[in-house]
Amino acid sequence: MIVLGEKASYVKCRWKCEAGLSANRCWYYRQHLKEVSEEELFTSGHRGCAGCGNVITVRLVLKASGKNVVVVSPTGCTEVISTPYPETSWEVPWIHANFENAGAVASGISDAVKVLLRKGKIKSKPKVIAIAGDGGTVDIGFQSLSGAMERGHDMLYICVDNEAYMNTGVQRSGATPYGAYTTTSPLGQDTPKKDMPAIMAAHRIPYVATATISLPLDFIEKVKKAISIEGASYIHVLAPCPTGWGFPGEKTIELGRLAVDAGMWTLYEILNGEFRVTYKPTAKVPVKEYLKAQKRFAHLSEETIKKIQEDIDKRWAEAFR
Amino acid sequence: MRSSQSLGMSDTRTLASAKRMLRKDVMTCNKAVAESVKLCDVDVIAAYPITPQTSIVEYLAEFVAKKEIDAEYIKVESEHSALSALVGASPAGARTFTATSSQGLILMSEVMFTASGMRLPIVMANANRALSAPLNIWNDQQDSLAVRDSGWIQFYAENNQEALDYVIQCYKISENKKVMLPSMVNLDGFYLTHTLEPTEIPDKKDVKKFLPPYEPEYRLDPESPLTFGFFAGPDSYQEFRYEQQKAMENAERVIKEAAKDYYGFTGRKYSAIEEYKLDKKDTVLLTVGSVSGTVKEVVDKLEKKYSVGVAKLRMFRPFPFEEIRRIASRAKIIGVIEKDVIIGVNQGAVATEIKNALYGSKSIPVLSFIVGLGGRDTPPSTVEKIIKICENALEKPEKESYWMDLK
Repeated sequence: MIVLGEKASYVKCRWKCEAGLSANRCWYYRQHLKEVSEEELFTSGHRGCAGCGNVITVRLVLKASGKNVVVVSPTGCTEVISTPYPETSWEVPWIHANFENAGAVASGISDAVKVLLRKGKIKSKPKVIAIAGDGGTVDIGFQSLSGAMERGHDMLYICVDNEAYMNTGVQRSGATPYGAYTTTSPLGQDTPKKDMPAIMAAHRIPYVATATISLPLDFIEKVKKAISIEGASYIHVLAPCPTGWGFPGEKTIELGRLAVDAGMWTLYEILNGEFRVTYKPTAKVPVKEYLKAQKRFAHLSEETIKKIQEDIDKRWAEAFR
Repeated sequence: MRSSQSLGMSDTRTLASAKRMLRKDVMTCNKAVAESVKLCDVDVIAAYPITPQTSIVEYLAEFVAKKEIDAEYIKVESEHSALSALVGASPAGARTFTATSSQGLILMSEVMFTASGMRLPIVMANANRALSAPLNIWNDQQDSLAVRDSGWIQFYAENNQEALDYVIQCYKISENKKVMLPSMVNLDGFYLTHTLEPTEIPDKKDVKKFLPPYEPEYRLDPESPLTFGFFAGPDSYQEFRYEQQKAMENAERVIKEAAKDYYGFTGRKYSAIEEYKLDKKDTVLLTVGSVSGTVKEVVDKLEKKYSVGVAKLRMFRPFPFEEIRRIASRAKIIGVIEKDVIIGVNQGAVATEIKNALYGSKSIPVLSFIVGLGGRDTPPSTVEKIIKICENALEKPEKESYWMDLK
């Protein structure tokens, strides 16, 4: 496996691509794909829905991290689909405790590793990675995560954002976007999505990034970077959910891509306080295309869509100025 | 309150250990607990302040800062996270400790069930304090008794020495492969936590021999990856619960073995129930925690007038059913003096458990005396009243439950 360097990054090759080729046709992109580990540390046989974004996230994270990790998951889809006793999909050490405490559990492991290494009770130092859903991150696990980030334990926290409580059957969370239907927001979510990466950046941790599974090389690179950094880091990855969003399973990657191209989700990183956009869409796709591809936005009026578009335009101008 | 000296502990001390130079200092119970943690080679401590526990974690912070303990000290943002951090640290291979009280314990309660279900040998000190509302920072035992079903071993200390001794024994018991359950040492808020008593600190070498380094059977280790805290469906969940119950039963034997080993180098004898002037007595006053000292004083004073003795319950989980039956078989009435109440039952949790123990065996009256809630003093005069009520009830008890000193 070759570590992706700054120069070889796919982001750059996209900008170079004057022919405007899509990612799967871009030579550079395919070249880098070959450099991603073929080893699967999250095995098949899990209970994820067809096209599950969470599963793709976990696979990509483990491809980036390799075996020397301990993974913490709070209660949620990822936990439930992967560990029905006596089976497990995890080929790395993994622990689940409760719904709201992934941050605290991860900090305990991180500090245990530190002291046990010091005392010579263990030989190698695994990286602690928490992989949590949006409910377990932006809502119920918020306090525990904030505490862990503020204390600066050596750990990477990844929020796998599918924008609602999918495990319990699609209820709104603080990460649900404006207008989206869920069973507890039947008229559409009436508040904007909580800007969790910005809140994490406010903790002044060394590394915060956003990603999507639809741009895997960008995501993998960010995971690798986060792991290489000593201290607390946070990656917020958008992971489309066919069941909760209402689209066919084979469209998961397309939806993540559309979210970025339409400006619903911006890819950036903040390394030691330095903000950098890591991917600029070649052309801005109208948000309507993204919204119309999902049942959760089917009820939106033209007026609401216009409002969402205006909001995006404002944020787009800010991000890509 | 009595010192360890007046409990006759020195009488039982073996000659060998008496000859050894032992460190004995005057200290609060919170200091005694911190000193015991220092002796146990703890790896990870999670700390969050709450009255009246706070000085335990303050002492530990100082010990860690001075490198007297080689541990990571995690300053968590809540008690829920305190225990959660240990639920991570323990399977990573660390020996762990935290301390809490009252609201903190109740906030932790979700994770307490998890820690026990995951069979993690975490040790915790709980400074017994009343629960809100109304808010009250003073002592009773409602907090720990409210989490009696969480699958934790529970000890109750009468004095500082017992608290110190129990913390050390807890690691030995919890880390036993046949047990692997977390344990909790309860110390009465203020009555113990903030009270100075002469307390003997065992020799570090002796403790090291008694308590070998923690070697977990299963760890979060990338070399041999394991899945912890999976979910179990209806086809297997019940068996996990049954295993917990079996482990708790194993703990009874392991607790006795640990007590025997501990006696070997300290000369202090521990058993589930301490019997005080109990031989051939009609009335048994069953006590929990620091109130035992007062009750013993009163029994000393009135032993010629009344046929009364004391059974001090040191351990609530596992519950010593056999010992209770044995004591009841020789008595005519049991008066349970306790600082908690089950609302809706109008009795304390200890009294109902005693009745549970006696069901189907010798039937004697068991009276529940609710005292000292929210830190109200339990003076000798109250104990005298209790003895009189028990004496009168020998013929025919008027009622099962008494709220003492109710205004």
